[in-house]
Amino acid sequence: MLAFIVQRLFQAVVVMLVVGLIAFALFQFVGDPVNNMLGPEGSTEQREALRERLGLNDPVPLQFLHYLRNVVHGEFGLSYRMGKPVDELLVERLPATIELVGVSAIIALLIGVPMGVYTGLHRNSWLSRVFLTVSLVGISLPTFVIGIVMILVFGVWLGWLPTFGRGGVVDVGGWQSSLLTARGWSHVLMPATTLALFQLTLIMRLVRAEMLEVLRTDYIKFARARGLRNRSVNFGHALKNTLVPVMTITGLQIGSLLAFSIITETVFAWPGMGLLFLQGIQFVDIPVMSSYLVLMAFFFVLINLTVDLLYYAVDPRLRIEHTGGGAH
Amino acid sequence: MRIKQSLIAALAVALVGLSGAAAAKDFRYATTGDILGLDPHANNEGPTNTMKGNLYGRLVHRLPDLKLVPDLATKWERLNPTTWRFTLRRGVTFHNGDAFSADDVVYSFKRQSQPSSELSVALSSVAELKKIDSHTVEIVTKGPDPTLLLNMPNFFIVSMKYMEANKAFEVVRGAGKTNFANLHANGTGPFKIVEWVQDNRVVLEPFDKYWDRKNLKSNVTKAIFRPIPNNATRVAALLSGEIDLMYPVPLQDIPRLTKEPSVEVLQGPELRTIFLGMDQWRAESLDMPGSGKNPFKDVRVRKAFAHAIDTKAIQRVVMRGASTPTGQMIAPGINGFQKTLNTPYALNPEMSKKLLAEAGYPNGFPVTLDCPNDRYVNDEAICTAVVPMLERVGIKVRLNAQTKSLHFNKIGKAQKNNTNFYMLGWTPGSYDAYNVLQNIMSMDGKGQGTWNSGHYSNPKIEALTDEIATEVDEKKRDAMIREAFKIHQDEVGHIPLHQQALAWGISKKTVAKVLQRPWNDVDLRTVIMK
Repeated sequence: MLAFIVQRLFQAVVVMLVVGLIAFALFQFVGDPVNNMLGPEGSTEQREALRERLGLNDPVPLQFLHYLRNVVHGEFGLSYRMGKPVDELLVERLPATIELVGVSAIIALLIGVPMGVYTGLHRNSWLSRVFLTVSLVGISLPTFVIGIVMILVFGVWLGWLPTFGRGGVVDVGGWQSSLLTARGWSHVLMPATTLALFQLTLIMRLVRAEMLEVLRTDYIKFARARGLRNRSVNFGHALKNTLVPVMTITGLQIGSLLAFSIITETVFAWPGMGLLFLQGIQFVDIPVMSSYLVLMAFFFVLINLTVDLLYYAVDPRLRIEHTGGGAH
Repeated sequence: MRIKQSLIAALAVALVGLSGAAAAKDFRYATTGDILGLDPHANNEGPTNTMKGNLYGRLVHRLPDLKLVPDLATKWERLNPTTWRFTLRRGVTFHNGDAFSADDVVYSFKRQSQPSSELSVALSSVAELKKIDSHTVEIVTKGPDPTLLLNMPNFFIVSMKYMEANKAFEVVRGAGKTNFANLHANGTGPFKIVEWVQDNRVVLEPFDKYWDRKNLKSNVTKAIFRPIPNNATRVAALLSGEIDLMYPVPLQDIPRLTKEPSVEVLQGPELRTIFLGMDQWRAESLDMPGSGKNPFKDVRVRKAFAHAIDTKAIQRVVMRGASTPTGQMIAPGINGFQKTLNTPYALNPEMSKKLLAEAGYPNGFPVTLDCPNDRYVNDEAICTAVVPMLERVGIKVRLNAQTKSLHFNKIGKAQKNNTNFYMLGWTPGSYDAYNVLQNIMSMDGKGQGTWNSGHYSNPKIEALTDEIATEVDEKKRDAMIREAFKIHQDEVGHIPLHQQALAWGISKKTVAKVLQRPWNDVDLRTVIMK
C-alpha cells in the first residue's frame, strides 16, 4: 500500500515537470510581458533592462531550468502584475477556490445521486422525464451563460442574492472561510450552483445508467426473492455496486471543476486562483501562470490517488486480491 | 400584546440603526481590473494612477477640465528658461502624521527618476531638483521645457522618513524581493488606505488632517473599489444596487441602461485617439514578397486609403454613436489641439480608386491589417468594418486581430515593427502635443518614434518637434505645432479615426453628483453622495 502511494507521488513529480515544461514552451506564444509592465511610454532602454533583469533574453530551456532551480529552493518568483510572491498569492486564493469547488461538488453529489437513483428506479414516471429534460440544459449551456442568467434572475430581478464577489469571510486559523456566515453562503450559492450544474447532470445520468444495469442482474432478483425490503435492495445492494464508476468520474470531475472554475470565477468576480490565472494570462504574468499550472497538475495527481485509495475502501474484492498476492 | 409592542419597539430601534448605517456615505464603485499596486512610482497605468491620485499629493493637481491648480505647491514661477521655483505648502501632514517639507519632494524626485520607475518619463526633462529652504524647491531642466508643469500631476510625493524607515527607496518591478511600497500607502491626499485585498476590494477613508479638508466637496465616508472583470456582471451589480458607479459601460448596454429609471449613463469624450498606421520604411511590403515594392511609400496610396475609410459609418454602426470622428492625432483639450485641422478625411472612394491607379495599382494590392481585440472599445469590430471599405477600392485586406500582448509585441520594437498596416491608440501622458509628435509622428533615429511603428518620417516635422520641445513662447510654439500637424495631415502620415467615448453607469438613488475626467478615472474628490 505504502509502495503504491510512494510510486504515485513519484509519478506526480514527473507529471508536474512535464506540465511545467509544456507551459514554458507555450508562454512563448502569449506575448511579451515587458509591454504590459512598462506601459506605452517606456523607453527602449528601460525595456531592454527589464527583459534582462527578468531573464527573458535567455533561451526557453534555460528559463525553465532557472524556474526549476528557484522552485526547488521554495521560491516561485514575484508576480509581474502585482510584485507579490506567487506562492503567497496562490495560498491567499486557495481557500476561495477550494470552497467554491467543494460546495459545488457537494451540490452535484447531493442532488445528482438521488436524482440518478430516482430516474433509474422510476424510468417512466413524469418526474424522471422532467429531470432528464432539464438536465440537458446543464450539459448543453456553457457555464458563463448559466452564470449570467442566474445573476439576472436571482441578483437583478429578484434581488435575493449578491451578484458578484465573495463576502462574509471569517479567518479560521489562517484559512479565510466564507462558509461560516449566512452572508458568505449567499455569495457562494450562485457561483457554486453554476459550476455544479454540468457535473450534477453527468453524475445523475451516470448513476441512472449504472442503476439500470445493476437492477437487471441476478443478485438483485435473488435479493428481492429473499423478500428484502425495497429500500434495502435499492440502496444497500444496487446503489453500492454502482459506486465504483461514479467515484472515478466524480474524482476526475473535481479536477475539471477546478479547471472550469476559471470561467465561473471570472463571471462572478470570485477572487480565487482561476481569476488570478486568467488575469495572469492577460498580463503575461509568467510566474503566476507556470506556478498555477504546476499546482493544478499536482491536484489532479492527488485526486486520482485519492480515488484509487477509495476503491479499496468501497470494493472488498480489491482488498482480497491484494492480500492474496495476485498480480494484475 | 406587550410582547408585540416590545417587538415593534425593537424593530424601530433596528430600523433607526439601519438608517444610521445608511447615513454613512459608502461609495462603492467598480471597473474591469484591480490596481497594480500602491507604489506611486512603480506603474503608469490608468486605474492605478487614479487610485494614487486619491492617496498621494502632487505639487500640482489637474482638475476634470484639465486645468492645473495648486496642491502641495502654493505657487510657482519660472526664474529663467530652465529653472522653476516652487513654494511649498506649510502645515501639510502625511497620513501617518509625518510633516511635509522640501526634503520629501527631493526624495520623491530621486525615487521616481530611477530607471525602474515607469513614471520616470514624467520627469525625464528634469536635470536636478534642489532644496532651497524647508519649503522651497527649484527644478532645473536639461533644456527649456515648456511642458514641465503639464507633467507635474504625475509626480507623486512620498514621505522620506516613512520610506527610509521601511527601506523602500528602490522601485521593485517583477524581479527582486518583496515590495513594501507597493503594499502600503502613505501620502498627503484626501483619502487614506484602509485595506487592499487583491482582486477583491480597495477600501479608502477620508483623511482627517487633509490640508484642504474644509474645501473638499466629497461627502464620502468610505470608498470601496471593486474590480469586476466581466462586463455583464458589472452591469448587473449596478442594476441590483450593489455598487453605486461602474465603468466602462459596454456600448451595447448604453441604450438599455439609459431607459432604467434608477440609473444614469454619463458620457463624455476621451482623450485617446485611435488611428491606423502604415509601413513606410521597408523597401518591400511584408505582404508582397518578391515584388520589390512598398506601395505605402507613395503618398497617393496613403491618401487613397484615408479617403476610402468611412469614419462616420464607423461612428454610427460600430461605435453606436459613442465616438467623435477626427482628422487629427490629438483630441480636443490636449495642449496644441488645432480646431481647424480636425476635419476627418472626406469619404471619396472614386478618388481613392483614381489615386491608386495613378500610383500604379489599378487592381489594388494585398495588405494585412494588424489589430488588437481586447485593448480599445470595439477595436476588432472597427478593423472588421475597415476591411470592406478598403476592398471597395480594390485593396485585398487580411485581418489579423489578436490579444493586446501579442499585437503590441508584433507592431512594437520587440519584433522590429513587424507590421504593414496596424491599429494603435494613444493618449499623450503629458496632455501636450509634443508627446505625440515625439513618440508617433517623427523618426530621426535618435530617440524619436518609440511607437511610430510604420516609420513615417519627414525631416521638417522632426526639426519642428525638437524646437517644440524647448520653445517656451506659447504663441510661437502653437504655430510650430500647427505646421507640423498640417504637414502630417497632408502627407497622411497616419490615418486618425476617432476618439472613443467614455460611458459610466451611475446609480441615481445614491450618487448626487460626480465629475467625469476625460482620462476615464474617478477622482473621489468630486464624488458627492445623497
